[in-house]
Amino acid sequence: MKTYVNPVYPYTRPAELDRPGSRRPVVIVGAGPVGLAAAIDLGQRGVPVLIVDDDHTVSVGSRAICYAKRALEILDRLGCGQQVVDKGIRWNVGKVFFKDELVYRFDLLPEPGHRRPAFVNLQQYWFEQYLVERAQEIPGVELRWDSRVVGVSSGTDNVDVAVGTADGDYTISCAWLVAADGSRSTVRRLLGVEWEGQVFHDRFLIADIHMTSDFPTERWFWFDPPFHPHQSTLLHRQADDVWRIDFQLGSNADPDEEKRPERIMPRLRAMLGEAAKFDIEWASVYTFACRRMQHFRHGRVIFAGDAAHVVSPFGARGANSGIQDADNLAWKLDLVLRGDAPDELLDSYDFERTRAADENILNSTRATDFITPKSNVSRTFRDAVLALARDHPFARRMVNSGRLSVPAVLSDSPLNTPDRDLDFACGPGAMVPGAPAADAPIKGLDGDWLLDYLGGDFVLLEFGATLPAGDVAALAASSIPCRVVQVGEASHGGSTLEDARGLAATRYDARPGTVYLVRPDQHICARWREFDVARVRAAIARATCNAPDVIAN
Amino acid sequence: MAALITESNHPAPDDFYERLIATHRGLTDEESALVNAKLILLLANHIGDPEVLAQAMAAARKGVADSKVAPAV
Repeated sequence: MKTYVNPVYPYTRPAELDRPGSRRPVVIVGAGPVGLAAAIDLGQRGVPVLIVDDDHTVSVGSRAICYAKRALEILDRLGCGQQVVDKGIRWNVGKVFFKDELVYRFDLLPEPGHRRPAFVNLQQYWFEQYLVERAQEIPGVELRWDSRVVGVSSGTDNVDVAVGTADGDYTISCAWLVAADGSRSTVRRLLGVEWEGQVFHDRFLIADIHMTSDFPTERWFWFDPPFHPHQSTLLHRQADDVWRIDFQLGSNADPDEEKRPERIMPRLRAMLGEAAKFDIEWASVYTFACRRMQHFRHGRVIFAGDAAHVVSPFGARGANSGIQDADNLAWKLDLVLRGDAPDELLDSYDFERTRAADENILNSTRATDFITPKSNVSRTFRDAVLALARDHPFARRMVNSGRLSVPAVLSDSPLNTPDRDLDFACGPGAMVPGAPAADAPIKGLDGDWLLDYLGGDFVLLEFGATLPAGDVAALAASSIPCRVVQVGEASHGGSTLEDARGLAATRYDARPGTVYLVRPDQHICARWREFDVARVRAAIARATCNAPDVIAN
Repeated sequence: MAALITESNHPAPDDFYERLIATHRGLTDEESALVNAKLILLLANHIGDPEVLAQAMAAARKGVADSKVAPAV
């Protein structure tokens, strides 16, 4: 490839080959986006992490591209959001074409006043490289390359992981094993766990091409374009003038044939024109599947990312949901390791993320069925929607080239405290218990965005800044500490955040006195119209499975 | 909960019936299938009520290849 050279990370002879190692709190298998995100999060919390990968480089070729706003917000908390945004290409607008006409235009972030855009496109190898570099900065995170898991033995108190290297095999014992080793997860196979779902038979040619072009920075999707009749095509811009093009090939295509430049070039010429100058950086042929494990927690082994669930890529719900898995898991694992929460808190990871996976699978499956209909009648209805879309707004809304990733609202999670004040807004986008906290522009000492102040720990977000200092101190000193962040007038001074444009109050449907309890992963878990310390403590207990009546599943 | 109307709701049923057939005049089977699909989508959107639509779809499926498994709705 012209635009990127894969780094080579070093292998060193592991100490455990020469003397037995001590039991570690956490071992993570797989240094892809999800494993690295979990490692960084745990490392930032002071948990020592060993992460093993069977390769010695980042992602090879063209894989994940589109990182959603929620993923970027998580990356901000992990200390590498800005690099991804600076290197990547931001976009909000998508266009869908049928034959040679525009039928549908959507804007994924129509309102201003958010730090991060709806999506940033960046090649997965760059994304992983930034995560590796961040992980390398954290003293407690150890990365071991060219280390292949060859055995897993999981018991009541420990997991023993056998690792194979060029110098021989060794075993490590840990309290918790996080399996983030991808769709062909070795850990899942070694534990003998099945997963279920659906394979889609259409093949897709994926090509990364290096090209200078005037195409606008928008996601463009074509159904039955003149340059690729009866099939679909998707175009995305990535960093360094690398464009990603997906050509639907149908179920009868021969993958080995279609990867050949002699087959690819005519397709690209038809699409881009004879005068276009471009080089093919990468080409491969894929089929897709939507599958998930029934449970993501198996005793002391926890599955995250593609190891737990895979989706077809239409809607960008793969890496984005995996990163949210890591975000959901790390703070819970930290509390369990500290002895501040029972193991059952990890069952809530299973509960919350299997539901999120189901939402992603549903949306990805629907998009794939629309793009690759499975029967003649399905194809007829699909073509009918496209035919109606030019003239009728209702049909445009039904055109499904991918419902782009939005963060799951964990609305029925047992960790939430249901609203007792019934005048709070509850519609789409509302800050209901389970929703990820909305960003808003504010003025403060540590950053200009509300999300800069949320996450990491439990946070009580108070509007009106009237909470007495004694209550603030008491919450900070609790066994599960809760920081207080106050939003008020500039005159309150000090660490109060000023909601100059009023967008925080609007988005949180807040009046003076309104308080929100926000989890360490920035999801809301409770809200009230007035502060009551006993209620806040009870909500924190509930959110950490410390209340006696909480059932995590 | 609204119910699907199955009593006669047309002012002139024979007029409607003739128009429906005439809508397909001169079309091939494939073209007719597309027109039918478009018509279903247009009318379904006009009705809008998911309960009514679900009842209509169940009534349509009934009696057609009943031994085959119908999809869960």
